[in-house]
Amino acid sequence: MTPVESKQPGQASAANESQRVFREHVELLMDRLYGTALRLTRNPDEAEDVVGEAVASAWQRLDQLNDLSHLDGWLFRILHNTFISLRRRRYCREDKEVSFDQEMEDDDTRFSLFEHLHQPFLLWVGRPEKEFINRLLEADLRKAVDHLPDPFRIVVVMVEIQGYTYEEVAAILDLPLGTVRSRLNRARSLLQKSLWQQGRDAGLIGTNTGFRVGDRR
Amino acid sequence: MNTPELSCEEVIERLFEFLDRELDDVSQEEIDRHLKRCYDCFSRAEFERRLRERIAATGSQKAPERLKKRIRELTE
Ligand SMILES: [Zn+2]
Repeated sequence: MTPVESKQPGQASAANESQRVFREHVELLMDRLYGTALRLTRNPDEAEDVVGEAVASAWQRLDQLNDLSHLDGWLFRILHNTFISLRRRRYCREDKEVSFDQEMEDDDTRFSLFEHLHQPFLLWVGRPEKEFINRLLEADLRKAVDHLPDPFRIVVVMVEIQGYTYEEVAAILDLPLGTVRSRLNRARSLLQKSLWQQGRDAGLIGTNTGFRVGDRR
Repeated sequence: MNTPELSCEEVIERLFEFLDRELDDVSQEEIDRHLKRCYDCFSRAEFERRLRERIAATGSQKAPERLKKRIRELTE
């Protein structure tokens, strides 16, 4: 299945070149495409479907991409759009999310790990907040991201993993900019709170909120 | 041209937007300047940056062979 039906020899070689570059990039981006889809869906099978469908759709529309240097960004954009439309097909339109935005309590938007960890008077034992981050396992971070409710997790993935601007997120999710901002604030707060709780459970933090110097295996 | 110096509270308030590069150039520059002379805010910014790097790393996971095969077949 070739995306571009070419009529002239020059066009044919340009199309072949695009296809070659496409294959190469997809191969290189595979783990990031899958990882991003996995964070979005939290489900390995669904993540495979999202990547498969996104790549298929990009492959078929390859002739619409004018500049191959934009290929990576274009692919991720299609990945996000694929995820969003699959999700809309699966769950009916987001009535649940309205209450997510309304129920925001002040406390939920203001939790700061740094404030909980930072102890300026403890300079001589090093930097507790730095140590804390270094000691977190990748599994801890994955868990904290995956625990976020959908609307919050999606904006975190888009901004912190993908590096999209707030405006790009608003456009992709079809949400007002203010909603993107407030969800992002709350998402970060929830994420940091859950890392704090996990750190506590793993013994990285003492009970009196002081940092405990202990090994973690 | 002198702009009034930002307080630590103002910097913390906008720290995430600063890290996300969502502020205009002037504000971006103001915060940058504050971070160069305020160790507390600098530590906090470094903390958030590092945390973010670790979160960003969760966006890369080893793709299963089955998926790779599916993609190869698709783009043959
Ligand atoms: Zn300061």
